[in-house]
Amino acid sequence: MTSDSIKNNRNKNKNLTKWFSDISFLRESQIMKIHYITGVGALFVVAIHIMMRLIMPFNMSLEFENVILNYKNIFYALLLESILVLIAIHGFNGLRVILLELRQTQIWERAVNILVIVAMIGIIAYGTRTIIIANGFSLG
Amino acid sequence: MKIFKKDKTKKITNERSLEIERERSNKSTSSSSSSSSSNQSSTKLRIFRINAIQNPNDVPHFDEFQVPVKRWTTVLDALLDAKSYQDSSIGIRYSCRMASCGSCGMKINGIPRLACYTKISDLDTNTITCEPLPNFPYIRDLVTDFSQFFAHHRSVMPFIQNKKADIPDVNELSEYEQSPQDLDKFLQFSYCIKCGLCYSACPTVATDLKFPGPQALSQAYRYYADSRDSDKSNRLKVIDTSHGIWRCHFAGSCSNVCPKGVDPALGIQLLRSHLLGISNSEKKIAKLQDRSNNNSYREELEEEEEEEK
Repeated sequence: MTSDSIKNNRNKNKNLTKWFSDISFLRESQIMKIHYITGVGALFVVAIHIMMRLIMPFNMSLEFENVILNYKNIFYALLLESILVLIAIHGFNGLRVILLELRQTQIWERAVNILVIVAMIGIIAYGTRTIIIANGFSLG
Repeated sequence: MKIFKKDKTKKITNERSLEIERERSNKSTSSSSSSSSSNQSSTKLRIFRINAIQNPNDVPHFDEFQVPVKRWTTVLDALLDAKSYQDSSIGIRYSCRMASCGSCGMKINGIPRLACYTKISDLDTNTITCEPLPNFPYIRDLVTDFSQFFAHHRSVMPFIQNKKADIPDVNELSEYEQSPQDLDKFLQFSYCIKCGLCYSACPTVATDLKFPGPQALSQAYRYYADSRDSDKSNRLKVIDTSHGIWRCHFAGSCSNVCPKGVDPALGIQLLRSHLLGISNSEKKIAKLQDRSNNNSYREELEEEEEEEK
């Protein structure tokens, strides 16, 4: 690799890091709008989720067969997926807001933004994988 | 008999009135003696002392002073008394003594207040503790550094910007008309005297130094809501950051401590609603006011017409 290509790669990596860390593609008001919408949405879907638990006795609803059956119902699986996405976005943005107040340095802010986005994507991916596997699909 | 009865009742009423007068005179003498005793009373002032500029190793401590107090003595009067007759090295910042300049802000018995606007008799305590305003760096004793506070204030561009202002002749004095409804949208926020009490009471400022604070944000709203201003988007850009308006926890302590009755928390919430694009509440208020004014005007006209008829 030439020195120019190494420099280009470094610049690309820097740009990517900056894109992630600044979240410059979103203004704070837009982020907070998403925060409020996901909060209200999560409240709604979690309420449905709790009500679904009350269809049968609570202990029975947590038995292995019943849980797997729930996952195999496509609408219920979608409900679980939406709970996962909404709570992950809302919760991790809340954590970001708390962490941003602890320190005010640029490095800290970037580190928090990157960490939060990576953790959020990781949790959503892991949860989605669980839903897909329980649904009966094999992931290879 | 009747006449005699009447005379008797008159005598009784006279005696009763005399008794009442005696009671009143006794009360007045006792109150005057108590007031004279209160005039002579004194209170203990505990003043926060530090002089880090002259002595970098100076440790913060409290000095105590016994100060004579009257019913109308303010904390600033007591501080100036202590400075005049006991220790001339006490550092205080003050100017107008009438809650107009906002210079004498300090923490009095744990609450940020203006020293000139706080009467000792209202505090209901024999010991008064004066500390510098929290969230501000110390300069000396009760004097704090306001440079960060004013920098935040400056950052929200607290002035009217309008390049398309309809001014026919720049060299001559001209008017920029504004309706009373438009004035009502921001009037209370223009009463701010920049005393820094709201800034010192804000829990977010205590943890986040980049947060503009309630004063700057309410001033941002004051100029945002001004119908004469046209540069609203730039002002919103300044406050719509990761350490901007969204970090307000809505504790409301800024509104509680304001000596001029300004409600910075309301300004922050109104600005937030504008940023979210979900509310034009003050426009609605203005329309309602306009409608009610029109209605009352119509009613007046109708009444006049009826009278003419």
